[in-house]
Amino acid sequence: MSLFDKFKPIADVRNELNRLGVTPFGAITEQILSATEGIVNGHRVILAGTNNYLGLTFDPECIAAAKKALDEQGTGTTGSRMANGTYAAHAALEQELADFFDCRSAIVFSTGYLATMGMGSTLAGPGDVILLDADCHASIYDGCRLGGAEVIRFKHNDPSDLEKRLRRLGDRAADTLIIAEGIYSMLGDRAPLAEIAAVKRECGGVLLIDEAHSLGMLGKNGRGVAEEDGIESDVDFIVGTFSKSLGATGGYCVSRRPELEQVRFAIRAYIFTASPSPSVIASTRAALRIISQRPELREKLWKNAHRLYNGLKSMGFRIGPEPSPVVATTVDDRDQAIAAWNELMNRGIYVNLVMPPATPTGDCLLRCSVSAAHTSEQIERILEAFDSLEINRDGQQE
Amino acid sequence: MPDYDEFLDRIYEILKPFTKKGVILNEGSELVTELGLTSLQVMELIEQIEDHFDISVPLNILPEISTVQDLARQLEKLTNT
Repeated sequence: MSLFDKFKPIADVRNELNRLGVTPFGAITEQILSATEGIVNGHRVILAGTNNYLGLTFDPECIAAAKKALDEQGTGTTGSRMANGTYAAHAALEQELADFFDCRSAIVFSTGYLATMGMGSTLAGPGDVILLDADCHASIYDGCRLGGAEVIRFKHNDPSDLEKRLRRLGDRAADTLIIAEGIYSMLGDRAPLAEIAAVKRECGGVLLIDEAHSLGMLGKNGRGVAEEDGIESDVDFIVGTFSKSLGATGGYCVSRRPELEQVRFAIRAYIFTASPSPSVIASTRAALRIISQRPELREKLWKNAHRLYNGLKSMGFRIGPEPSPVVATTVDDRDQAIAAWNELMNRGIYVNLVMPPATPTGDCLLRCSVSAAHTSEQIERILEAFDSLEINRDGQQE
Repeated sequence: MPDYDEFLDRIYEILKPFTKKGVILNEGSELVTELGLTSLQVMELIEQIEDHFDISVPLNILPEISTVQDLARQLEKLTNT
């Protein structure tokens, strides 16, 4: 077997997509017109798959802050946080994140992937145990694998399965790293964090929650599912990203534990990469302030999410278990899913086409993410386009 | 603790639906290349074994497994340590 034989299945899928004349993966956004509109692969579309939950990518305050930083601090830091890449603004953002989450300290990473992968690979090493929810993001799996700890999955959103597995570990349970997410990225379902925290209190463990898809959406202050469920004091580490509700790129970890400051000096994903550019840090700081100052964005996001979820559900599509800013329609047949994605593009709607192994089941997904910036009319247009699709509608209707 | 043969029997039982007509499942059967299991289906196979024997199987053993025999041996090793 040659070095490149393993890529053949990928080449086969790409050739098949090319034959069909569709390019769902790596679609090119030729023009971005606003937070919710663009020209993608030659189609003028409503963007319904960009994770731009609060619609802040074109917010005047964020843009002004980024421009000012660009003028005053240049285009990049050209170095690692550990060397020349820590500017005053990086330190200020870490303090602001710690204050926002009511935590002791924070670490800023260059991407969300590096934050989750870095924390997973660093906190638990050889001889340690990680228990992670089966549906955790690829970056978490990658980190766990890299660190060399014993990695065990518990059934998705099943606290009793977590408890069973912690009990099997006996004395090792106390130091086991438990990892779950707030809202899961593919189906938009929310973790039962209150129950997971109760299991941790009962059996022991160190709890890390990824709030990448819940920051700015839930909780009195927009801190995520842990805040919404009132269990923040049970969470040892929260990780997340700047690339969704904060409209930039980057990642973070916040903690109430003093150990985070020692962990900082051990995370290779933090040490051996360049720090985020000043303009990115500046727009992120502005966006974080906006989460606190404009709770109405959260209300609008949920209004849009409920409308899209209820609309698709009433049409009989097979969608996630609860309303969420991520609304994914399951399609079992791959060719049907590709044709449906193409039809949505023709009708001016961009969503994510997700195929195995990126999906939690063996099915394909037409994944929508809702934004506070979507108008009611845009949500109705998304629904109209879905209503025209010839895909299975065997979901439970209300 | 279950022994190698008990693990083997259970694996055969779970894999029955994946066996193509005319193909006889044996210890040398390759899970991915021969039976056509996806990575997700391998995980589900392990989940069913975990439930049946009330054990936890670390994902770390996956790189060591390509055949039915590999899996049964790893499970035996895991439960005897």
